[in-house]
Amino acid sequence: MKKVSILDYISKRKKRIAVGTMIKIAGTFAELLLPIIMAYMIDEIAPEKNIPLLITWGIIMLMCAVVAWGGNVKANRMASKVARDTTREIRNDLFSSTLYLSASQTDEVTVPSLVSRLSSDTYNLHNMIGMVQRLGIRTPILLIGGVALTFTVEPVLALVLLAIVPLLTLIVIYISSKGIVLYTSLQKAVDVMVRKVRDDYTGIRVIKALSKTEYESSDFRKINENVVSNETRAGLTMGITSPVLNMLLNLGMTAVIIVGAYRVSSGNAKVGEIIAFTSYFTIILNAVISISRIFVNISKGSASAKRISAILNMENPLVAHPELSENINSDEYIAFENVTFGYNGSPALSNVSFSVRKGESLGIIGATGSGKTTIISLLLRFYDPDSGVIRVDGRDIRSYDEKELRNKFGVVLQNDFLMADTVKENIRFERDVSDSDVESAAKYAKAHDFISATEHGYDTGLTARGTNFSGGQKQRMLIARALAAKPDILILDDASSALDYKTDAMLRKTLISNFPDTNIVMIAQRISSVRFADKIIMLDKGCVAGYGSHEELIRNCEIYREMQNTQTETEDGTNE
Amino acid sequence: MNKNQVLPSLNKKSKRQIIARLASYFVNYKFSVLAAFALMLGSNLFALLGPYLTGKAINAIGLESGVDFNAVFYYCALMAVFYVISSVLAYILSFLMIRLTQKIIRKMRQDVFDKMISLPVGYLDRLQAGDLINRISYDIDTINASLSNDILQAATGVITIIGAFVGMLLISPPLTAVFILTVPLSIFIAIKRSKEVRPLFRKRSAKLAELNGFSEEMLSGLKTIKAYAREDNIIDKFKERNEDAVDAYFEADYYGSLIGPSVNFVNNLGTVLISTVGSLMFLFGYILIGDISSFLLYARKFSGPINEYANIMGEIQSALSAAERVFRLLDEDGEPADPPGAVTLSEPRGDVSFSDVQFGYDPDKIIIHSLSFDAKAGQTIAIVGPTGAGKTTLVNLLMRFYKPQSGVISLDGTDIELYTRKSLRGAFSMVLQDTWLFEGTIFSNIAYGKENSTKEEVIAAAKAAHMHDYIESLPDKYDTLVTDGGVNLSKGQKQLLTIARAMLSPAHLLILDEATSNVDTQTELLIRDAMYRLMKGKTCFVIAHRLSTIRGADLILVVRDGDIVERGKHYELLKKGGFYSEIYRAQFE
Repeated sequence: MKKVSILDYISKRKKRIAVGTMIKIAGTFAELLLPIIMAYMIDEIAPEKNIPLLITWGIIMLMCAVVAWGGNVKANRMASKVARDTTREIRNDLFSSTLYLSASQTDEVTVPSLVSRLSSDTYNLHNMIGMVQRLGIRTPILLIGGVALTFTVEPVLALVLLAIVPLLTLIVIYISSKGIVLYTSLQKAVDVMVRKVRDDYTGIRVIKALSKTEYESSDFRKINENVVSNETRAGLTMGITSPVLNMLLNLGMTAVIIVGAYRVSSGNAKVGEIIAFTSYFTIILNAVISISRIFVNISKGSASAKRISAILNMENPLVAHPELSENINSDEYIAFENVTFGYNGSPALSNVSFSVRKGESLGIIGATGSGKTTIISLLLRFYDPDSGVIRVDGRDIRSYDEKELRNKFGVVLQNDFLMADTVKENIRFERDVSDSDVESAAKYAKAHDFISATEHGYDTGLTARGTNFSGGQKQRMLIARALAAKPDILILDDASSALDYKTDAMLRKTLISNFPDTNIVMIAQRISSVRFADKIIMLDKGCVAGYGSHEELIRNCEIYREMQNTQTETEDGTNE
Repeated sequence: MNKNQVLPSLNKKSKRQIIARLASYFVNYKFSVLAAFALMLGSNLFALLGPYLTGKAINAIGLESGVDFNAVFYYCALMAVFYVISSVLAYILSFLMIRLTQKIIRKMRQDVFDKMISLPVGYLDRLQAGDLINRISYDIDTINASLSNDILQAATGVITIIGAFVGMLLISPPLTAVFILTVPLSIFIAIKRSKEVRPLFRKRSAKLAELNGFSEEMLSGLKTIKAYAREDNIIDKFKERNEDAVDAYFEADYYGSLIGPSVNFVNNLGTVLISTVGSLMFLFGYILIGDISSFLLYARKFSGPINEYANIMGEIQSALSAAERVFRLLDEDGEPADPPGAVTLSEPRGDVSFSDVQFGYDPDKIIIHSLSFDAKAGQTIAIVGPTGAGKTTLVNLLMRFYKPQSGVISLDGTDIELYTRKSLRGAFSMVLQDTWLFEGTIFSNIAYGKENSTKEEVIAAAKAAHMHDYIESLPDKYDTLVTDGGVNLSKGQKQLLTIARAMLSPAHLLILDEATSNVDTQTELLIRDAMYRLMKGKTCFVIAHRLSTIRGADLILVVRDGDIVERGKHYELLKKGGFYSEIYRAQFE
């Protein structure tokens, strides 16, 4: 696949950009003509005392000013349109690339980084695309055009201008590049400060309990000091720009007058031309100051463009392989055959095999980090195994179209996700599920009662992450979501940890008796939660340490038995 | 969720109060402020002399009798010197201002932080972390920018306008009269900008924040979206919001793009008028040629500040709103000072009693109705109930994070309100469910439990909490950094670290939240053992999840929906057949 670059998006609109630039050039030139016309009026027309001609040229000047105005407005608006269309397209593409990244790519980039690429980076880009077209084009035109036009009027004076322009440009570039470095380190200092505030906000109870407020305050003083000194350094550096630029341009203007005096004295120049030159200096001064403003924008924008195109160029390696779709005739509905997998080289599962028939339930149990959730991630094809085969309904899951595969599942993940939307929409979750199905799913999930008890029932809004519902209520809504589309396979990853024992037990019973054809896959910490399952996998450090029914495991699997013992001990307190 | 709440505009009176309060920060720096104004005045006046000298020099060139080189050199030399002086003064000024405002900003930031950690927990619970961060960073930055820039710019603007106007008037009153024609246009543009364009910019940031909120929310649910294969639906929703965001941006740009060229147009119009009328006057000998040049330069200077006016006012406006938010936080009452005669609690025995305590987070919604119980020194009180039922409320009351509406909580027979807050809290050690570790080394995280703890004490605590061996296995041992990017501690290990921290504390009372979910059996055993060691000999309030703790407790308080519904010992409660026995039995079904 060809590499996508941000420039491709921009160059799609090159016609419009070209037209806009032409208009901008025309407008800017009209503006540059003003001082020359003025010099002409003073030097040539006024001495002839030709009043009508003087007024005619005055009107021509006015027309130039109007053209400059209209041209610039039009060009700016065209530029805004280009910036808008480009940004819209890039942002949409970036969002869909982000959603279609594979899980390992998401892990690598991390979600907060993806969020900031979508928000601040696209914003910087939008800013830059607009700014460059508006100011970034205007300033070079003014500089180059100004020098070119003045050469036609009075070449020697133009040399003074020509000498000063590169000097100005160098100074602006030098200071801005220093400024960017300083602002980056300032940003780092600010990040530390923000982290401190966040840290202390969350730990305020501990801080108060340990009477640590003075300690924290003096700790913050150091961090604050660091921010302040960074800020001061950056401010002092950037503060040089404007006095130095002002001084150089004003000195240049003085030079023009002195050189001009010699030229006038030798009859090579006229006084009005000197006035025109002083005007050019003022125009150029303003342009250079504005370009020093957009410099930071450009460097920010191009850094952002890099970060964006990095995502756009990521290819999801998990493509469908229909050639693997030979059907194996067997009554196994879910099967793992010698599956081995690691996250970036650190092994998570090795040689895992198991299978369940249609409608059978599966419990997965084991210590933290033993690979329970990894099994689910592989089954949903968030990752491909390093070796081995996973089959669902007799077909290698790599042969499925992604949607076809995932539509078979209803899933509740650990710390699962609720949207700031109504209860109904959270259960429906963008699928074609009728209101009555939503309600019956909520009933099965033991969520109907508390939902109906709220003022607006199923239309009650959730706050972001559902903070207006309790942990147990959230889990029940999530289970309702998983049941709503009548899945073939129901995955519950530690999905009832916040439920009280009674509700949890009731829920389990309901699921088993009402969804006989659904394969329930249940991950849990405690044996009491999975002992009902037809098959249980006991995982230990990524390996299957035991596989069978509860009774079989009690008989044959030592780790399982141990776990059972410690858990009942903990629960009964018999060791007290 | 929305960071860009549309700010209510401040009324005049509160505006004046805020300005007065901001000014009070400058009081300590009177001398610097005076120096700054002197510098500003000097820099501007020298700069304003420039155009006048330019005109003089050009007049000396344009003489009928040829160029008067002496005069040209004289004026140009003066000009160069003045411009250099002006720039040097300007830089000294910005140096001074940056130093000055940084001092003020540093103080303000420290004030905000100190206020934050001294606020009652109840108040902080209602604030969001993002809100605080906004105030300490963005709001204070806004104030900073305004203090160091806008005031000076505004003052410079006034001086420039007056100076340029005087200059123009001195050169040619008739030409000034002609030029004045362009001023209403400048003012018109300035008003248009603040009235029509600024609301569009506000809308632009609102829409953008909405979009960013959406993508942040959706990406936090990325796995779920993928699991249900709903990517396309979510992308469609994103597209709608993106459309709104880029349109709002475009709209602001569309009208905003009028401003720059229009400002230039007014400048150019000035040039046109001055050139035409100036040439006419020159033709009739009413004006010298160099004066036209000075006049043009003054005219450009004159319109600059008028065009900047809207910008500056906008910035000052937002700085005032930012200052208002910062001051509002600073004005919040911190935890009230200890009452006079408050006793310092030392070596408490640990008898705690609640008598007739009534409490509700919202005074209209009492959730604890008249709770009374006694806990003798060394006893264990278990608080039991489903998640989200309000088990932490008792902890909040004991630590005086919240105050009961009525009733008395006493420790060793004295109302806890009568102890100094510091000594009361020092009498408790605490292990909470959301294990709080901060950015720092493992050592400093443990040592946080007791002032001036030695290396030996920290190691002993880590050993007692079964963390020593693990810590020693890390490459940097106790100096390992606990950060997002640093060592990856499991949930259970984090819990053990906070237990170690509590172990260090010499407190006689303990508040413990037994969280068991998501920890493997091995770690669970370690945690349990460490907790038992920690509880030994202390009066313990345990938010209990383990049956062994519950059965051994001297008193069980059963919490449901915030209220204490049952109380007693394990077997009494079981016999009673109420809510407790329901919870208990459900586990073995």
